[in-house]
Amino acid sequence: MTAIRHSVERIAGCGVSVHRGGRGQPLLYLHGARGAGRWLPFMEGLSQNFELIVPEHPGFGLSETPQWLDDIGDLAYFYLDFIGGLGLDQVHLVGTSLGGWVAAELAVRNQSSLRTLTLVGAAGIHVPGVEKGDIFLWSTQELTRNLFYDQKLAEAMLEEQPNQEDLDIQLKNRLTTAKLAWQPRLYNVHLAKWLHRITLPTLILWGAEDRLIPSQYGPAFRDLIPNARLEILPNCGHLPQLEKTTDFVNTVTRFLQGVDS
Amino acid sequence: MKFFFLHLMPYADLDLNYTEKYNSAWVTLPNSYYDPVKGHLLYNRYLDELEYADELGLDGICVNEHHQNAYGLMPTPGVTAGALARRTKRAKIAVLGRALPLLNNPLTVAEEYAMLDNITGGRLVAGFVRGIGAEYHACGANPAESHERFHEAHDLILRAWTETGPFPFYGKYYQFNYVNTWPRPYQQPHPPIWIPSQGSRETIEWASDPSRRYTYLQTFSPAAALAKYMAMYKEEAAKRGYEASSDQLGWSVPIYVADTDEQAYREAKPHIENLVNKFLRMPPEMLLPPGYLSLRSMKGVMGVKGAITGGPQTIDDLLQKGMFLCGSPETLRQQIEQFQKQIGFGYLLPMLQFATLPHDLTKRNLEIFARRVIPTLRQLGEEPAHAGPAT
Repeated sequence: MTAIRHSVERIAGCGVSVHRGGRGQPLLYLHGARGAGRWLPFMEGLSQNFELIVPEHPGFGLSETPQWLDDIGDLAYFYLDFIGGLGLDQVHLVGTSLGGWVAAELAVRNQSSLRTLTLVGAAGIHVPGVEKGDIFLWSTQELTRNLFYDQKLAEAMLEEQPNQEDLDIQLKNRLTTAKLAWQPRLYNVHLAKWLHRITLPTLILWGAEDRLIPSQYGPAFRDLIPNARLEILPNCGHLPQLEKTTDFVNTVTRFLQGVDS
Repeated sequence: MKFFFLHLMPYADLDLNYTEKYNSAWVTLPNSYYDPVKGHLLYNRYLDELEYADELGLDGICVNEHHQNAYGLMPTPGVTAGALARRTKRAKIAVLGRALPLLNNPLTVAEEYAMLDNITGGRLVAGFVRGIGAEYHACGANPAESHERFHEAHDLILRAWTETGPFPFYGKYYQFNYVNTWPRPYQQPHPPIWIPSQGSRETIEWASDPSRRYTYLQTFSPAAALAKYMAMYKEEAAKRGYEASSDQLGWSVPIYVADTDEQAYREAKPHIENLVNKFLRMPPEMLLPPGYLSLRSMKGVMGVKGAITGGPQTIDDLLQKGMFLCGSPETLRQQIEQFQKQIGFGYLLPMLQFATLPHDLTKRNLEIFARRVIPTLRQLGEEPAHAGPAT
């Protein structure tokens, strides 16, 4: 097992909870709406080759909710400050779902400290005619089932009995997700106009059976970002990092290592 | 005590078997379930019922605001209030909407209310609400901004009514170079303001503030909640150095009265059960979007999961919880007197039509309530002259 270090960093007036593990080039992972309170197997996998840095976003998990947090752009600027504050350079930026949206917004603003960009089932844009799921109207049952292709994984998750602290964090994460993504739902009308500014080597990764943000979003992102390539994982839902952990870790690791070879 | 007839204008012709295919009468129930020919008749029937309440001498009539649903067909309550403004002569007209956070321009409410107040010569009661949770799904308004938007919109409207324009307004959510509302309200400095709520400490602290002293209305809640929140209002007022008067408290409750208890029960049963089981039906995710309640309140609600949108309810459940009053005129008189003496509200807002209750029963309900219940209760809660609301 990798030694995992936990710290609270104070950036832009906000205390953020950060987990770190592994050694190598920095890989900053931006989590989705469900948060990132635990060190999960995919993190363990990524930390074999990189220094994996996993903050909990302001307004999520054990991080504070700052007064200034209103929209997704605030998180993009926050993470630029975060990268600067921690003195990181040549960062591999990986974001899943809501975190992918933040990563894209960040890279559009300033990519000078980044080495690569990886967007996994990312929110942030709107593709006409392709309906997203409604995370705020689905019941817990529906949401969990719709996140996975393999329903056994959904059932296992539904059988978990969260404790009070977990439930409180789920409420907090859901509230912040609403603040950032309720309207327009899970996208910024202006982001697509500026994705061409991203010149980094970019990997777009999608689960073929994603029922929240359908896989047609993958080609849309690829076509908007000049140096992007797309990989679609078969038999996989919205959370490749959980549902296809090995494929996810291998695909991302291969991409990041390939950039420097 | 004063009596205001509250109407929701439900789509009474709703195919009640919709529940075989859909889990809610709100937001996601296709509007193909609505037949405009039937709707035309319903709107006019309901307006007749409200006008009849004026003829029968009720103190006021109330219209209401909900969006994209079969429960209440007044997404724009100003239209119904406008129709009533000219056909009624005495009754106050209370608009128990406008859901301020749903609007991009809250000054439209300042204008609409001022128009109604001018046309009626000061018969308007101005309601301000946040809307229920489903509204945020229906209107694309962010529930996480609901509280902040409500307060900012309210402050803007009050300034538009009370300050000489033009003046600029630069808020977080609303910005105007020129706030200069024409017409100004007929009632000076502004119409009375009512705050309907399902009960929250934050709302009560705000409404009871000495600078506002707004009338707080508890809507469709168990009697225990009514007692709790009205006591809370009085405590908050006392903490802030004044005694809340009975006209700062109102109770909105469905009521059905007939010659005997047995007859009232029998006639009301299917309709009141349709109200809760068909018209109010919605999943918790629709009712309580994130941010609609504070995190603290939300945790409290999650603690009693299922309490809000649990299984089907019967008329007996509702009677037992005090969410519905039903019986002979004498039974109603006793019940209302008991609640009034215990809780001390000065306004009662009987909802005398609900769900599928047909016109003939609604009309008789109104008549018996107006002629045989109200006169026996008039003097309750009438206090000696007191200092009016600070303005």
